Amino acid sequence: MSVVDIESLSIHYLMRRGNIRAVDDVTLSVRKGETLGVVGESGCGKSTLGLALIRLIPYPGSVVGGRVLLDGTDLRSLPEKEMRQIRGKRIGFIFQDPMTSLNPVKKIGDHFIELIRTHEKRVDKAEALDRASRMLETLGILPERVNDYPHQFSGGMRQRVMIGLALALNPEFVIADEPTTSLDVIVEAQILELLKRLKEAFNITLMLITHNIGIIAQTADRVAVMYAGRLAELGPSLRLFADPLHPYTQALLSAVPNVAKPGRVLSWIPGAPPDLASPPPGCLYNPRCPHAFDRCPREVPRLVDVGEGRSVACFLHYKG
Amino acid sequence: MLLEVNDLKKYFPVQKSFLDRLLTAKEEFVRAVDGVSFSLERGEILGLVGESGSGKTTTGRLCIGLILPTSGNIIYDGVDLSVIKEEDMRRLRRRMQLIFQDPTAALNPRIRVGDAILDALRFQEIGTPTERRQRVEEILERVGLSPWSNFFDRYPHQLSGGQRQRVVFARALVLNPELVVADEPVAMVDVSVRAQILELMRALRKEYNLTYLYITHDLATAEYVCDRIAIMYLGKIFEIGGKEQVFRHPRHPYTLSLISAIPVPDPTAKLERLIPRGEIPSPINPPSGCRFHPRCPFAQEICAEEEPRLEEIEENHRVACYFPR
Amino acid sequence: MAGGESRGRIVVQLFPRIASLRKRGLAGWTTLVGSVIVVTIIAMTLVAPWISPHDPSAIGVGKPPYPSPPSADFPLGTNHLGMDMLSRVFWGGSTMLQVAIISVIVCLVVGVPIALLASYAGGMLDKATSLVMDSIYAFPGLVLAIAIAAMLGPGVVNMALSIGVVYIPSYFRVVRSQVLSIKELPYVEAARTIGARSRSILFRYILPNVVPSVVVIATINFADAILTAAGLTFVGLGLSVGIPDWGWDLTWGRQYLTTGSWWIIAFPGLMIVLLALGFTLLGEGLSELLNPRLEE
Repeated sequence: MSVVDIESLSIHYLMRRGNIRAVDDVTLSVRKGETLGVVGESGCGKSTLGLALIRLIPYPGSVVGGRVLLDGTDLRSLPEKEMRQIRGKRIGFIFQDPMTSLNPVKKIGDHFIELIRTHEKRVDKAEALDRASRMLETLGILPERVNDYPHQFSGGMRQRVMIGLALALNPEFVIADEPTTSLDVIVEAQILELLKRLKEAFNITLMLITHNIGIIAQTADRVAVMYAGRLAELGPSLRLFADPLHPYTQALLSAVPNVAKPGRVLSWIPGAPPDLASPPPGCLYNPRCPHAFDRCPREVPRLVDVGEGRSVACFLHYKG
Repeated sequence: MLLEVNDLKKYFPVQKSFLDRLLTAKEEFVRAVDGVSFSLERGEILGLVGESGSGKTTTGRLCIGLILPTSGNIIYDGVDLSVIKEEDMRRLRRRMQLIFQDPTAALNPRIRVGDAILDALRFQEIGTPTERRQRVEEILERVGLSPWSNFFDRYPHQLSGGQRQRVVFARALVLNPELVVADEPVAMVDVSVRAQILELMRALRKEYNLTYLYITHDLATAEYVCDRIAIMYLGKIFEIGGKEQVFRHPRHPYTLSLISAIPVPDPTAKLERLIPRGEIPSPINPPSGCRFHPRCPFAQEICAEEEPRLEEIEENHRVACYFPR
Repeated sequence: MAGGESRGRIVVQLFPRIASLRKRGLAGWTTLVGSVIVVTIIAMTLVAPWISPHDPSAIGVGKPPYPSPPSADFPLGTNHLGMDMLSRVFWGGSTMLQVAIISVIVCLVVGVPIALLASYAGGMLDKATSLVMDSIYAFPGLVLAIAIAAMLGPGVVNMALSIGVVYIPSYFRVVRSQVLSIKELPYVEAARTIGARSRSILFRYILPNVVPSVVVIATINFADAILTAAGLTFVGLGLSVGIPDWGWDLTWGRQYLTTGSWWIIAFPGLMIVLLALGFTLLGEGLSELLNPRLEE
């Protein structure tokens, strides 16, 4: 049973050097209670995808096709007023950089109060503040700190606050965009532990967007691999890591070091990702793919179901 | 021994607001590097690994004379860098170079890539214009930007991140340095291309007889490319030893937690997680005694009172801890 | 060398790609419209000798009584001395433009190098220069210009000098803020590690990256210079009466406005506004275009 259905979503950025196809015909669903990891390198479109779900794509980007359904409601067709009610209440968003995502002149408590009272108008300040303090406690922060300002918090604590804000109204769906990228390793581990705990406590449905494959492996139930704006592979985490199907997934996994298995020779992918303003025909990974054959530059491979809940966009796995 | 660092300290004065400066007489310092000693042999790659505030970046810059130490000394090939004149330092700079973290910010956006590399030769007044040109062409090929004619006249914004980083390498290497301080050289490069840059580093070491100081927060890449590793925390070295030793048998609790905190790209891996509570304290007011004691699960009274010194726990493996694991 | 490179790039980028300016959205249109206005007016003043129906300083052309309103013979009317307004409009911008150009050159030649050196060197030099510049900046521009022009006396060069002095602090501030931020960038540190001397760093690494901002401030400053020049002439400083200048028309026109002869002040005034507007649009548009936007 899915909470979010993304159907053939395409997002383009209209820039001076051309039309950049940041996201191209992406279809996937997020099931209730699961953590879907969206992984890819810079420029693959994962962040744009996340922002599209809450309709916060920066100018000059725009959705040029497809639908986004939240529990059956088409988010694209909603007027902005209704979309605002959804942001924060039904969909929570955790931004990457806690330094700039919090208002430096507002107390932490006020951030929560504003959020709660915007969506639940009957709640009075005292009650909202009380909820905020309790949330801080859940996050591992002393509840008194509800009166502190963002600059008095460390990076890790600010990120905890961000998570708290995203979860404050118990949304159906939470999107986390590179939630730990700007944090130190140990704090990152703490935050991931926190997310795991909260996920179980609140039964969160989470879409985790990151380029860090280690995090994906440790937190995601299902994984979506993106390359150059398109979905390359989608499937349960265990299966995907044990037996990656798409050549890009294979190359990516063998390029990542594993401290538990030192001494392995790392590989890399020659070349560079395509220019999304003028992409080559056919499969976008074709120019760098060691298994490319004649069909690859001619046609765009569609995401095909290959059983076990897995799908791949690669002609190597087309049946017939 | 190419580089010897003895009890190196670098304190930065804290910028205070005007009012604070009027009201409080006490000067506060950020103790970025607070008593660091190590040596670097020719041809080896030493990793300085630490999180933010560990002082690794400052140490790197101190080693190549970009900033002056508050106390302690740096001896490069027998020459004490603290007593050297600026002119001599400029010439000595030829022998030590810096690789930057952000390849885009490290290149002047208005100078063509080939010219940027030529600059190094021009500033050091090496060779004739023809010889210089030749050298740049060679080095472009050597770092994998081949054919050089495709890249010489390009501007940085016309290259990919990995290519830009290779230009940064080329610029550093064209002067034939002995020591290369690489500050997070692959942190801002795509994952799928990192190994290429790291392999390039290793290949260049053999070919050009280089010695590297590899600065990073990423233990995994440090393990991949370094011979020895030093773990830094709040301006101090907690553990230093061969890569195998530090990785397979980490002795300092901080090292243990650092290694266990890394998310492993294997969903089936069952790892012992030793995650300390709290966060890194401020380098302005570091904790007394062992700087890690407030967060260390094994801390005892003595840890708060007196700072442990780096002691040899096995051959070529030193730890600063009263209760190494 | 590298500076010329970036100037060349600016020129090369703008002229063949005028059509593509439209694609650049609002910034492109602003630059396009601004440049069209400026170029047209400059062209007009250049060909004034050939297209003016009368000598702009000739008194008593046409039929009395003066001033006479716009008519078929004199499309923009005549002023109180019987001078043809159309010819005066054609000719009147020339001096103003000369003054503006010279003042901008003064600012560039004096303001930019001082800013570069002071902000790069830092320390006392930077503090002292900033203090001086801020003091000049604190004065209302026109008042200061009037004071200096009164001291120097009339003439195109003197006007340009007084205007230049008033605006040097603007250039100083822009360059200084740029230098301060560029100074800290890794590629400047890199230049030091490969052995560059301060001189090289300033001229090869910092200056070329400061040029776009300077172009913008110079362009916007043109508009200010023109308005200040008009102001100076308006109060009677700077130019002798015999030279046809929009500023003079403003002075005279003011008196005759109350008696209903609006055309003496209206048309030259409109030209001044248009010219200033053109430069402002050009400057604002360039500011958007030349500031490199980091694309994803």
